[in-house]
Amino acid sequence: MANMLDRRAAVKSLLSNRGDMLVLTGLGGTCWDAAAAGDDPLTFYLWGAMGGAAMVGLGLALAQPERRVVVITGDGEFLMGLGALATISAEKPKNLGIVIIDNEHYGETGMQPTHTGRGIDLAKLAAAAGFPATAVATDEASLAKAITVAREAPGPTLSVIKVSVDKHPLVLPPRDGAYLKDRFRGALLGAQSVL
Amino acid sequence: MDATVDTPTENWPDAIYRVLKDADVRQACYVPDAGHTRLINRLIADPDVETNVLTTEEEGIPIAAGAWLGGQRTVLLMQSSGVGNTINMLSLMATCRFPFLTIVTMRGEWAEFNPWQVPMGAATERSLEMMGVRCMRVENPADVEETVSAAAALAYEADQQIAVILSQRMLGRKKWVEK
Repeated sequence: MANMLDRRAAVKSLLSNRGDMLVLTGLGGTCWDAAAAGDDPLTFYLWGAMGGAAMVGLGLALAQPERRVVVITGDGEFLMGLGALATISAEKPKNLGIVIIDNEHYGETGMQPTHTGRGIDLAKLAAAAGFPATAVATDEASLAKAITVAREAPGPTLSVIKVSVDKHPLVLPPRDGAYLKDRFRGALLGAQSVL
Repeated sequence: MDATVDTPTENWPDAIYRVLKDADVRQACYVPDAGHTRLINRLIADPDVETNVLTTEEEGIPIAAGAWLGGQRTVLLMQSSGVGNTINMLSLMATCRFPFLTIVTMRGEWAEFNPWQVPMGAATERSLEMMGVRCMRVENPADVEETVSAAAALAYEADQQIAVILSQRMLGRKKWVEK
């Protein structure tokens, strides 16, 4: 499959006019992509904890059922915690959208191929696990649909966005985890929550 | 073969449940253990607590982080062998100073008959401590309520990562019964 979408442009579209959406990223590329789209107190970035992004999303989605929660993570990060598909589907959070920025490679460690370039279809796995909506984007038209699924369709949803392996300049968000946590809680729950 | 557990004091799982409710715990994650059966069943029956069954204990760590970001308190219930599945993910709690409370039932230490349980059982507390999780061990059913209560205060109010370790001697010997 030709992966021609640009990851930075795709994430920028995903996060444009984000409203009151709550955003979580995985480590590495998706963390820099979200920062490049514009830092926001209601974006919590993982700089580590590989394999945990979707599960942070589940805990947050259950705690904030009235808010849309969107997890943006990479194929390698998501593959490390595939059991998330079962654990999320067992809970069926209607407000959770997961987006896989899928370049079919481990981008931070030398571009080694991941499973998704060798036939593993994450959208089909999610559908088989019982996710009510999934989407795969390979061009601009399918990207728009994948973004709508992530932001609006009754969840849990999984959108795979196939992107090129093109390198982009690093755009780093704050990296102090305690600061990111308190900033997020303060913006969501009010200043009292971090006293 | 069917496994049952001889529980010397029936009341301590109810005491843990009461403490968790008093602490306003709203999400409970678990990979089951026989020693946690009664507590898990009480949490599942409680409409005010969301219970998440996990495929691996590791999932419970980021769920606790996400729930806290959204304003809710969680507890992770697991057995000692599951602690080994959580190790790198505990970096998330230490780095971000997320409150974390887990209640661990021990295997592999007291009158254990299954050698496969012994290595992780022997390493459970040291593994947690190496990752910044403080262990509070309980040997006597009478101490359960106070210890879990103190652990909950340390976790949710002082932003600490705390494991309450329920000793295998307290849980009772595992009996294997022919069906």
